[in-house]
Amino acid sequence: MLQLFKFKGGVKPQTNKTQSVGEPIGVAPLPSRLFVPLHQSIGGTPRPLVAAGERVLKGQLIGGADGWISAAVHAPTSGTVRAVAEHVAAHPSGLTTLSVEIEPDGRDEWIERTPIDHGALAPERVRERLREAGVVGLGGAVFPTHGKLTASKTVPMEELVINGAECEPYITCDDLLMRERAEEIVRGVGVFRDLLQPKRVLIGIEDNKPEAVAALQAAAAKLGENFAVVAVPTRYPAGGAKQLIRVLTGKEVPSTKRSTDLGVQCFNVATAYTAWRAVAHGEPVVSRIVTLTGNVERPRNWEALLGTPLAEFVALGGPKPDTDGYLMGGPMMGFAMPTMDAPLVKATNCIIASSPALFPPKAPEMPCIRCGECAKVCPHELQPFELYWFARAKNFGKTQEYHIFDCIECGCCSFVCPSRIPLVQYFRFAKSEIWAREKEKNAADQAKARFEWKTAREEREKAEKAEKLAKAAAAQAAKKAAEAAAAAAGEAAPAPAAAEAATNVPAATNPPLDAEAAKKAAIAAALERARAQRAAVEPKNVDRLTPAQQKDIAEVDARRQQAGIEAPPTAPEESQP
Amino acid sequence: MDFSTPPYLLNNASVQRVMLQVLAALLPGIGAYVWIFGPIVLVQIALATATALAAEAAMLRLREKPLAPFLTDGSAVVTAWLIALAFPPLAPWWLIVTGTLFAVVIAKHLYGGLGQNPFNPAMIAFAVCIVSFPALMSQWPPAALDLGFAEQARIVFGLAPRVDAIVGATPLDALKTGLKLEEGRVGVSQLLDNREVFGAVAGRGWEWVTAGYLLGGLWLWRRGVVSWHAPLAFLAGLSLLAGGLWLYDPAQFADPLFHLFSGGAMLGAWFIVTDPVSGCTTPKGKLIFGFSAGALAYVIRVFGGYPDGVAFAVLLLNLCAPLIDVYTQPAIFGMKDKSR
Ligand code: SF4
Ligand code: SF4
Repeated sequence: MLQLFKFKGGVKPQTNKTQSVGEPIGVAPLPSRLFVPLHQSIGGTPRPLVAAGERVLKGQLIGGADGWISAAVHAPTSGTVRAVAEHVAAHPSGLTTLSVEIEPDGRDEWIERTPIDHGALAPERVRERLREAGVVGLGGAVFPTHGKLTASKTVPMEELVINGAECEPYITCDDLLMRERAEEIVRGVGVFRDLLQPKRVLIGIEDNKPEAVAALQAAAAKLGENFAVVAVPTRYPAGGAKQLIRVLTGKEVPSTKRSTDLGVQCFNVATAYTAWRAVAHGEPVVSRIVTLTGNVERPRNWEALLGTPLAEFVALGGPKPDTDGYLMGGPMMGFAMPTMDAPLVKATNCIIASSPALFPPKAPEMPCIRCGECAKVCPHELQPFELYWFARAKNFGKTQEYHIFDCIECGCCSFVCPSRIPLVQYFRFAKSEIWAREKEKNAADQAKARFEWKTAREEREKAEKAEKLAKAAAAQAAKKAAEAAAAAAGEAAPAPAAAEAATNVPAATNPPLDAEAAKKAAIAAALERARAQRAAVEPKNVDRLTPAQQKDIAEVDARRQQAGIEAPPTAPEESQP
Repeated sequence: MDFSTPPYLLNNASVQRVMLQVLAALLPGIGAYVWIFGPIVLVQIALATATALAAEAAMLRLREKPLAPFLTDGSAVVTAWLIALAFPPLAPWWLIVTGTLFAVVIAKHLYGGLGQNPFNPAMIAFAVCIVSFPALMSQWPPAALDLGFAEQARIVFGLAPRVDAIVGATPLDALKTGLKLEEGRVGVSQLLDNREVFGAVAGRGWEWVTAGYLLGGLWLWRRGVVSWHAPLAFLAGLSLLAGGLWLYDPAQFADPLFHLFSGGAMLGAWFIVTDPVSGCTTPKGKLIFGFSAGALAYVIRVFGGYPDGVAFAVLLLNLCAPLIDVYTQPAIFGMKDKSR
């Protein structure tokens, strides 16, 4: 039996999962229109490869991966491209994003699919295939999977952790996938294992999903895979990658490192499934399992095409009359869909119809009483109330000292806060502000560099000019002297005079230059002082952000990166209730 | 639905719930109090509560804050009850009203209201009153005194004279005075043998009241409302010092059990040093806070000029709490191994 470890903190909200597991995964009918956003994962925005009027086949590439950390996007079904235009994004802001609008032709005709034998290919080719097939983390982070399939050069790969915990309330898409398609998941994990060569493979599933545990165990046994399928205690956020790694391996991945630096890597079960489809069937990611639950008549999991508009999707479940909105994701980390036109995307694991009864209005925010409940439940062992005080006071440097970028926005702190403070919102506000300032600072630094370069060039040019002038003058003086010398031949010591004249000329032109240089020096000094001052008040640890942290930030920010910054609900200046 | 921000799912915690649990935890102590000293303490509690609520409402009005969540959050009531329990039960009515006013108006609202007060309001009330009215604050009825409720009420409302026989001193005070009067001729053990005053453990009657506080405190701990760190450290600080000196010279110093169960020790340990607003927040900080407060309370109690030292000890530590917090920040996830 594998020894399990504990992570600190966490909460136990009502899971509300039973409602949606009664029925098997249904295949959602073809919608009348699809709006496929080109940017569905972390990293570069894929370039559109189709134009309005073009006919596309199911699985045809419509957005090419841009850069290594980027994942391709494909047509979810066959049909005609109606437009490549801005369309509302699956994002709380309601902002638009470049999307390909496809009118299905009803034939659902696949493009030619070419399976590969991953065992016979070089690892780079397999990673490339995953990139071309648009395989990304389907647990919600949507980080391109191929980018995580390279082991650290210095640290041996010890554990491959597969995340089937699914700790958020209401969501059951991974549960059903594990129950119904366990074999393909195991095969997909096999692909990851072959690429990373870990010593052990650990599949973690919360112990409230015994069927899924049994299914994966059976599948692993059948395929002769030596994977440990482990039931982990049900406690939110056990499905956070770092928490699951901690539970299964005892390792704590600090925010300053990549998990591979500790010899461990983590993927979601649905990601393994899509990876296998891509490798063994040549199928790119064009659909995913989405839980439709909450205030609907028929809660259930559906295999839905990416790009399906929310309105058509929720109709499958029959929303009850008092439905007042839809959440994408779980109730702890999800967000409200902006409009009914917003499409399902690779990150959409769950749609919850809300009602006042399910999610009652929040009680008014009270002042923090420093009870420490939030710190008790924070899985990253932060002091949320300190972060809150500093964020509220806009003391962003302090928020960084208290590790705001280690916050995964899991919402545990808000969940328990007796003063009902929307802590996560304050943290997002602080993070966004810090990023904004960082950007500003970078822009200013660039401008300064440009200015300095220009000044230096001007100075150089001036100096060159002056030198030329001086030389010319000197030459002239020398000539004159020579002439004089020639004219008054026999007179004593003409040469020193000429030399003196020659040296005198540049000296004479020096004063104006000096004044200018002094002015420039003064400006430069002022700039330097300003920079130093800025650096002093500026957040410190942004400068030291590691790639892993940047990745985390990117993941955290993925949902709101195109959005305006949400300000905290109350004016932060008002320091008292 | 409120779409502003996740999480959309919250548990049922509220400030009011926290405060109600604290009030509930005070009930065993209050029960013992009433049983031993009669129901006059309930009058004091009612006086303090009414004053606190009125002051709270007035201050909210003045500060242009809504009455709605704040008046009913229970925090003022907790302060009121603590004051009523910390003051002598036969103290004149205006003393408790003054103390409560001071606590709510100055110690709480002038510092910014709920969650902003650097000092524990109840302890401020106690300290201010004991400095201003030392005599009144030191007169405690002996448990053996059999006085009807009507007579007690007459004393509180100034309708009957405050006779020395009625209003004595706390066991702590009695011990201190006794030691001083006898100037070493009589040891602590002989003094404590006077069961009329000192009961079996730590003062007749008082030991039951403080045991009630202990019970309530343990219940709060079980419910997760308070952590064990501060109370345990407080009691440890107190007993360690008491124990050390008692072992050193049992004739001069009372045993730790006496100190644990007399005066404000138990009330302080479970209901005062656990105050989250004015105390420390980190586990290590709570230990330091509690231990220092306990030790300091002992020092003031035994060597200082006041009958009990809990209030002054707590106030002094309140002053240090922010600093202690800064230096006791726990290591975060993934950062415990310093070598990383
Ligand atoms: S849980 Fe809320 S009230 Fe308690 S310390 Fe944290 S932020 Fe403050
Ligand atoms: S949201 Fe951030 S601060 Fe709050 S519990 Fe989660 S990790 Fe900790």
